[in-house]
Amino acid sequence: MSFVKLSASALAIAAVSATAAAARDQVQVAGSSTVLPYASIVAEAFGENFDFPTPVVESGGSSAGLKRFCEGVGENTIDVANASRKIKDKEIKACAEAGVTDIIEVRIGYDGIVFASDINGNGFEFTPTDWFLALSDEIMVDGKMVANPNKTWADVNPAFPAQPLQAFIPGTKHGTREVFEDKVILAGCEATGAFEHLLANATGDSDKAKKKAAEKACISLRTDGVSVDIDGDYTETLARIESNKDGIGVFGLAFYENNTDKLQVATMSGIVPSTESIATGEYPVSRPLFFYVKKAHIGVIPGLKEYAEFFISDEVAGPDGPLAEYGLVSDPELAKTQEAVANEDVMGGNS
Amino acid sequence: MTDISQTPSNMGGAAEQSKSGSLLTQNARTRKRNAAEMRFRGYGIAAIVVGLIMLVVLVTTIVGRGTGAFQQTFVTLEVELLESKLDKKGNRDLEDIKKVTTFGYAPIIKAAVQSKIEGLGIETSLKPKDMAGLLSKDAAAQLRAYVLENPDQIGQTVEFRFLAQSRVDGYLKGRVSRESIENDKNISGAQLDLVDALVAAGVVEKTFNIDFIIGADASDQRPEAAGIGVSMMGSLFMMLVVLALALPIGVAASIYLEEFAPKNWLTDIIEVNISNLAAVPSIVFGILGLAVFINYMHLPMSAPLVGGLVLTLMTLPTIIISTRAALKAVPPSIRDAALGVGASKMQAVFHHVLPLAAPGILTGTIIGLAQALGETAPLLLIGMVGFIASNAPETIADGLLAPNSAMPAQIYEWAKRADPAFYERAWGGIIILLVFLVTMNTVAVILRRRFERRW
Repeated sequence: MSFVKLSASALAIAAVSATAAAARDQVQVAGSSTVLPYASIVAEAFGENFDFPTPVVESGGSSAGLKRFCEGVGENTIDVANASRKIKDKEIKACAEAGVTDIIEVRIGYDGIVFASDINGNGFEFTPTDWFLALSDEIMVDGKMVANPNKTWADVNPAFPAQPLQAFIPGTKHGTREVFEDKVILAGCEATGAFEHLLANATGDSDKAKKKAAEKACISLRTDGVSVDIDGDYTETLARIESNKDGIGVFGLAFYENNTDKLQVATMSGIVPSTESIATGEYPVSRPLFFYVKKAHIGVIPGLKEYAEFFISDEVAGPDGPLAEYGLVSDPELAKTQEAVANEDVMGGNS
Repeated sequence: MTDISQTPSNMGGAAEQSKSGSLLTQNARTRKRNAAEMRFRGYGIAAIVVGLIMLVVLVTTIVGRGTGAFQQTFVTLEVELLESKLDKKGNRDLEDIKKVTTFGYAPIIKAAVQSKIEGLGIETSLKPKDMAGLLSKDAAAQLRAYVLENPDQIGQTVEFRFLAQSRVDGYLKGRVSRESIENDKNISGAQLDLVDALVAAGVVEKTFNIDFIIGADASDQRPEAAGIGVSMMGSLFMMLVVLALALPIGVAASIYLEEFAPKNWLTDIIEVNISNLAAVPSIVFGILGLAVFINYMHLPMSAPLVGGLVLTLMTLPTIIISTRAALKAVPPSIRDAALGVGASKMQAVFHHVLPLAAPGILTGTIIGLAQALGETAPLLLIGMVGFIASNAPETIADGLLAPNSAMPAQIYEWAKRADPAFYERAWGGIIILLVFLVTMNTVAVILRRRFERRW
């Protein structure tokens, strides 16, 4: 029966050590899978150059990360949420309800969203209009909204080859989806005149409500299998394209640049996506990347502030830093962000 | 059932002749039945062949794609550890030396690469920055760690073996070709020319990489430096927790249920529920672990202790079911004999039944552990899947409480990263995980063969 004694003592040791070492000494990060590579590069360099342990970075999508971020304050909650979009008012409210009031918003730079297809397939030169006509639920034909009849890219735009429509776009829990909707589908909706039509026929109490309803109608995508939501990471999108050569996927620029042997990138409005064309703002589909820090955890979790400051320091997030090398478009207003983090400025002033 | 006389149709001999024909000639019905049997055997063999083909395809794919991860390309360089860069004050104060970050080491490496290439007399049009681009980003970290450990070496020239960057490594492994890098901004054709020249000079070579087996995870920028060792430690500590908790609890529960518990509706419900628990999807245990162990009991996130507790819950039903089966297999005569010579019920169980059931219990436990070892889903929710590049734990408490990953979680993590070099490492990780699983299952089989008794 010695194993009973052994396991009892093991249990006791575990219990004692658990209570003794309850204080967490590493920074805990979760959120966007787009920010994950950047965050892991920073976390690694942080662990190497400082005496603090290497932060733990989990992914799972911006919304999932912010949801965990807003669970409350304390050592059993994460300190930093990575997001590929701005935090929503709804999420700030949810945070406040759970006691997370002082949130520091840090913009780390910009990232491009690219459209890429199989390297051996047809090349494309898209405009937002093409994507709206390809994927929207309803499009305008002869002044009326009808269910999207398009089956091939040639139906969408006569300049394209007659390749069946098949798109792999990020699922709704990804921040990338929202940018895709705003910068591509909505832009296309407005360009085709469908938005005006929807706005004129929208029902709502105020202009604002009408506008919202029209926007919602614009970005509702077809559900007949032409557009497939990918809830996983870009590797899943890549695998889908490899098995279905007609597919066109939505990727982050950095992911594409690591897989140039398998993917060819499409231009958008005539501009080839690159860190340069995104930095100048020529390439239209880009978005800022953020991370959010719980101010209440600064001073409690060792290294949290140092991590945030290190992340946006010139040698890391600057134009010659490792993040830019990996594909991040560095923020021209980095100095301002650095100052804000140094002062621990929270969102919404002194809330 | 009326045709008994036809069954031994081709046996011949002294059997009674049937009315419908000779025993030596098969009638239509017999032929039909024999054909059915042959067909069934054919199906069986076909099923086995399909299974074997699948196994062969699986194993060859894994081995074919994964073995590359065990080899890595290294570059040998002599680096002059310039005092003017690393220790400006020249007082060898560790605090001052620490202030130079890995970014500060980049120029030293650049100079070392340049002088090496010039020393070898290789002509290249590349800028020093692109020459240094052949090295892994890990080189600066390696150099800094060395300097911090040996500050007395500052000012000397030391020989180092640095990792080459993943594209160079891929080029030597045949994963990257000149055609495939056409649009790649991480490497150029001129750099590959330089690699060819350096390989010819013996500076760049591909050798076995122990760091893949014992090292820690690395970020997206340096796949060549990633290793599975630390997550292996995470898995080990989780298995220790599972063993320490699930075995005693599981065995005690099954002995009580099997030998002592009265048979009534309550024990029936418990039995049914244990069987049900064994079929619960593992992610459910992850949610439970998050709610109970992290949010309620405030155990640390990403800790192997929590992972072990969650996997214990998952493994318990497996152990209980196999232990009960092992106890049931001990014939009642053993118990009766023990009770008959005056042993108490407990003595009968612990002195006679349990030793006889031990091989079965051990087998069940090992298989349960093997199952837990390969589990990822519950770990997703307790923060053990992600970029967790901690160092190998130094103490037992550290091993249980410091953040760590687990082998299958590490493989999953690698499989979803952008750089194709991580993909190769994911397959390599699968090989290591499979080696563990096969070993555990083999031990289970050997134990059963050697100690199991049949009545």
